[in-house]
Amino acid sequence: MEKQITVTINGEAKTLNVEPRLLLVHLIRENLNMTGTHIGCDTSSCGACTVLMDGKAVKSCTVLAVQADGKSVTTVEGLATGNNLHPIQEAFKENHALHCGFCTPGMMMRAVELLDKNNNPTEEEIRWGISGNLCRCTGYNNIVRAIQYAGAKMRGDKLPSTDPVFV
Amino acid sequence: MIQCKTSKEISGMGHSMKRKEDARFIQGKGHYVDDIKLDGMLYMDIVRSPYAYAKIKNINIEKAMKVPGVVAVVTGKDLEKYNLHWMPTLMSDTQMVLPTDTVMYQAQEVAAVIATSRYAAADGVEAVEVDYDVMKPVVDPFKALDPKAPVLRTDKPGKKDNHIWHWEVGDKKKTEEVFKKADVVVKEKMYIPRIHVASIETCGCVADYDKVNNHLTMYMTTQAPHAIRTVIALVAGHVGLTEEKIRVISPDIGGGFGGKVPVYPGYVIAIAVSFLVGKPVKWIEDRSENLQADSFARDYHMEVEMAGTKDGKILATRFKVVADHGYADAQAAPSKFPTGLFSIATGSYDYDTTYMEADAIYTNKPPGGVAYRCSFRVTEAVHAIERITDRYALEVKMDPAELRMKNFIKKEQFPWKSPAGWTYDSGDYHQALKKAMDVVGYEALRKEQAEKRKKGELMGIGISSFTEIVGAGPSRDFDILGIKMFDSAEIRVHPTGKAIARFGTKSQGQGHETTYAQIIAEELGIPAENIQVEEGDTDTAPYGLGTYASRSTPTAGAAAAIAARKLRDKARKIAAYLLEVSEEDLEWEPGVFFVKGVPEKKKTIQEIVFAAYTNHPQGMEAGFEATHYYDPPNLTFPFGSYICVVDIDKETYEIKVRRFVAIDDCGNIINPMIVQGQVHGGLTQGIAPAMYEEFIYDEDGNILNGTFMDYLVPTAVESPSWETGHTITPSPHHPIGAKGVGESPTVGAPPAIANAIVDALAPLGITHLDIPITPYKIWKALKEKGKI
Amino acid sequence: MIPAPFDYSTPATLKEALTLLQQLGDDAKILAGGHSLIPMMKLRLASPAHLIDINKIPGLSYIKEEGGYLKIGAMTREVDLEESEIIRKKFPIFIDASKLIADPQVRNLGTVGGNIAHGDAANDQPAIMLALRAEVVITSLEGERVVPIDEFFFGFYTTAVQQGEILTEIRIPTPSKGTGSAYHKMERKAGDYAIAGAAVQVSLDGKGTCTQIGIGLTNVNATPMRAFRSEEALKGKKLSADLIEQAAQLAAEDCNPSDDLRGSADYKRTIVKALTKRMIHKAAERAVNS
Repeated sequence: MEKQITVTINGEAKTLNVEPRLLLVHLIRENLNMTGTHIGCDTSSCGACTVLMDGKAVKSCTVLAVQADGKSVTTVEGLATGNNLHPIQEAFKENHALHCGFCTPGMMMRAVELLDKNNNPTEEEIRWGISGNLCRCTGYNNIVRAIQYAGAKMRGDKLPSTDPVFV
Repeated sequence: MIQCKTSKEISGMGHSMKRKEDARFIQGKGHYVDDIKLDGMLYMDIVRSPYAYAKIKNINIEKAMKVPGVVAVVTGKDLEKYNLHWMPTLMSDTQMVLPTDTVMYQAQEVAAVIATSRYAAADGVEAVEVDYDVMKPVVDPFKALDPKAPVLRTDKPGKKDNHIWHWEVGDKKKTEEVFKKADVVVKEKMYIPRIHVASIETCGCVADYDKVNNHLTMYMTTQAPHAIRTVIALVAGHVGLTEEKIRVISPDIGGGFGGKVPVYPGYVIAIAVSFLVGKPVKWIEDRSENLQADSFARDYHMEVEMAGTKDGKILATRFKVVADHGYADAQAAPSKFPTGLFSIATGSYDYDTTYMEADAIYTNKPPGGVAYRCSFRVTEAVHAIERITDRYALEVKMDPAELRMKNFIKKEQFPWKSPAGWTYDSGDYHQALKKAMDVVGYEALRKEQAEKRKKGELMGIGISSFTEIVGAGPSRDFDILGIKMFDSAEIRVHPTGKAIARFGTKSQGQGHETTYAQIIAEELGIPAENIQVEEGDTDTAPYGLGTYASRSTPTAGAAAAIAARKLRDKARKIAAYLLEVSEEDLEWEPGVFFVKGVPEKKKTIQEIVFAAYTNHPQGMEAGFEATHYYDPPNLTFPFGSYICVVDIDKETYEIKVRRFVAIDDCGNIINPMIVQGQVHGGLTQGIAPAMYEEFIYDEDGNILNGTFMDYLVPTAVESPSWETGHTITPSPHHPIGAKGVGESPTVGAPPAIANAIVDALAPLGITHLDIPITPYKIWKALKEKGKI
Repeated sequence: MIPAPFDYSTPATLKEALTLLQQLGDDAKILAGGHSLIPMMKLRLASPAHLIDINKIPGLSYIKEEGGYLKIGAMTREVDLEESEIIRKKFPIFIDASKLIADPQVRNLGTVGGNIAHGDAANDQPAIMLALRAEVVITSLEGERVVPIDEFFFGFYTTAVQQGEILTEIRIPTPSKGTGSAYHKMERKAGDYAIAGAAVQVSLDGKGTCTQIGIGLTNVNATPMRAFRSEEALKGKKLSADLIEQAAQLAAEDCNPSDDLRGSADYKRTIVKALTKRMIHKAAERAVNS
């Protein structure tokens, strides 16, 4: 039996009828046609489907769409403000923190929450903080760097260099 | 220091230009195959075998057909009517699309459910009832060779055993003689386990057959769209789907690493269903299906031997390989190279005697294996030589760095002919290892280790000085299904001086949209920013064999440079015409031709291109376009030296990678930022099999860790903070002196890590451990040695 | 990986939820954080006909000190422990555990109650609650009952929570002065279930004598287990390295791990010994510094 739900997605309230078993990630991708949120696994392991639900990073493959009823969901499509990229988006590009781009939206959404809680995290805090997100391409070095860069930007500090550092 | 010949505005080679493709990826506008939605599209989900080896007694689709939304259930018998139930592999073996009577591995496709939604298809899969007669599978490749073992490929007339092929290279007799006489011989059995590329995007497709026009558009996760088009034509030509009626589009790919080279049954079923029902059909694998059924890599059982003198001079090597290919040889390697480029296993060392042999075996496991971020078995080869070199150093009580320095091929010996027949194009191995040692502080670390050993603490230092072999490859030797392994570039410069360039390769995250633009910018002086790069659409791009095995820069990158040089030659003619001087009077600096000695008399490339459309010399072809198909004269031989430092907990045996320094030499560098990114990523894919990843099967052929819960892809916590650098030894035969880099770190890192761990444990009598080396494996080894 | 169809209710009160639960019986499952249940449903290892989502019921999520107890509402998210001032000051054991439980996204939704009610010896909170000698409040339409943690875990995935009941609160006795606690698990990689884990809470008097001790072990027994003999070995004694070593050895002997992908039973005993020893030392240090 379908349920009526209202979800505010990237600031816009949407009312839909959905099957209770519909996963939030499918609501976003299939029903709302926002394909920036990806699916990388079936065991809540990879984090590619991470979105913010009422400001908290969650794995949308392990949340039912009906659980998002009355809540506010932010996806990668909702990060930028008009033409202004979110600091994390700028940071990922400037620091070469993505290769294939598939894990990137989920990784950035988790990073946004992490920085919302602590905009000056240590490398160790960042590494544990993104441990629910798998990236197969980057080796994580530049993701760590990008999150530090975004933190600096959010704090209003001088931005660190984005040149590659070679030994 | 990397020298740039162009300004930052032009951003030719050597500039760390920010990636052009990133804008869409960071805004959720990447376009991957699962993002495609077509009118009337149906969804396919697959029923898979729970057993590794079983007869199919019956498939009952009645209940499934009653599930709301289910429109069809397809079985092998249905495909058999169109002779589509079998397909060739890239290695000229055969593989089932859907079985008609027997399943050969766990998770094999048994039937496909087609429905109006993803959810209905999943419900349909649950409702298909399959009756199996379970048989005892052959899981172990050594047992598969037992004369009493059941013959698995009964579909092959006259096949009497599970042996696929035998391969050998080198001088067997001479090698035996050297080994007989040598003072020192070391030998280890090494197993490189079955692993998986585990790109974060799984495989999938949308097959869109248009009945009216008899035309198929195939959107799919493929690293080699052109080759796939040809394969589809070969498989489906007999039902009227000929090559001009097929368009393969490879959209953005969420990581490939070799896993998206083969043709998987799911693609073929989707095409068949779309062909039969005349509607688009989408198939997207789940992660578990991806891990359990597709694209395994490695699975090499090796016996590795090295002979040498007492004072550390290598004399000969010998390698014996048993390759487990699962139920079909579905690896993706050049046709003439059943073991890929394993014969690079003689390594970075100056000696002239080797013998290698390999036997490939059928077992009841998924077919493969793919060249996972590796030029076809180079990972296995480098592990073998770098591990056995350390083993030899241990035996003769010599520092492994010193032993390597003593045996390296010297800079002045290049081009160097290896005993397995390759001609290494260039190298400076001493410099790379010295740099790595300086950066890591090798001497101080050895001192620290000596102190720690006195206290019983476990600290290890491991080196890997690898030689790679990439850029397949020269047409005299390299083909896949007969198609030569050239690659291509086509450049069209528009009247306003902006360009579009298309390639036969396909980026899966490597950054081709940026690096190819930089190569063209270097040659033509048109800003890279103004060069649009496109790949992956067989209707528009020139034919090429695709992106894998670090071949894009060596082949298509070279094609880009040469096509651009053709255009520069044309530009010179136009400039001479415009400036009313002879061509010889002109000099080139990036973006400008000027008259020698009169620099103010000049024409910019933009002016020249405009003239090519508006005011070209009489008799000259109008327009400004060039295409080149590049057939490399040789492979390229990137190399590097890696040093890993580990600390091992004495009670829990947890392994902490304290430092990892990687010095790579990939020749001239197109984009340092991207090269470094490739190295970082490859290193994490190197620590993965070294310490975490492997597939484990039980004796019934059940895979025990076929999900991301237990197949342990490293997170940012396991992945160390990599320290990377480079030396630059340009390839002498490559147009821009580049060599390819993507796979070097994946190939070079595992032996460095394994060597470090074994070095830490050497005082306890450990001489070798197979990867992945886990705390549990260390505990077991020490227990067996009676050390705990 | 799509769950089978089911019905779904969002009761507004605990009473409503309990009434539904009683009506629907075995067909219904409670949905709390969902991070154990939904993955099982996606794999179709669980196909409940009805989900009762208790996320909308107010008053089930809190961390408060009251009547000599730290009270944790069952719907308190793992992340709330991580960020609680009370926890940070008085129960560092939860801070130790927090970064090791699954991953940040899972901890944002996963609940403390769910972690315990699932009855999985591989989960981390059960061993911690054993060490802290917690009590579990179970509510039914008949009212509340309080079950000591030692009587809570019955067997594989089964607990004292009976049909028609919901776990609503966990109570942890406020530790005396001079108490310290610590948790660590060894995992194959970040976010993994434990190869083995040890939770310890120890109270020391002014002379360093152990007056109270709780030791819980993760994933080395069919149910979360208390290391009774290890506790006995230390209680009433002045802690020394030798004594702690002996206690750790007893934990290794008494646990009942099984051979699996994480290692052999013997190996896990080795790990139990190492971790138990380290956590006793760490808890004792914290006790001294408290």
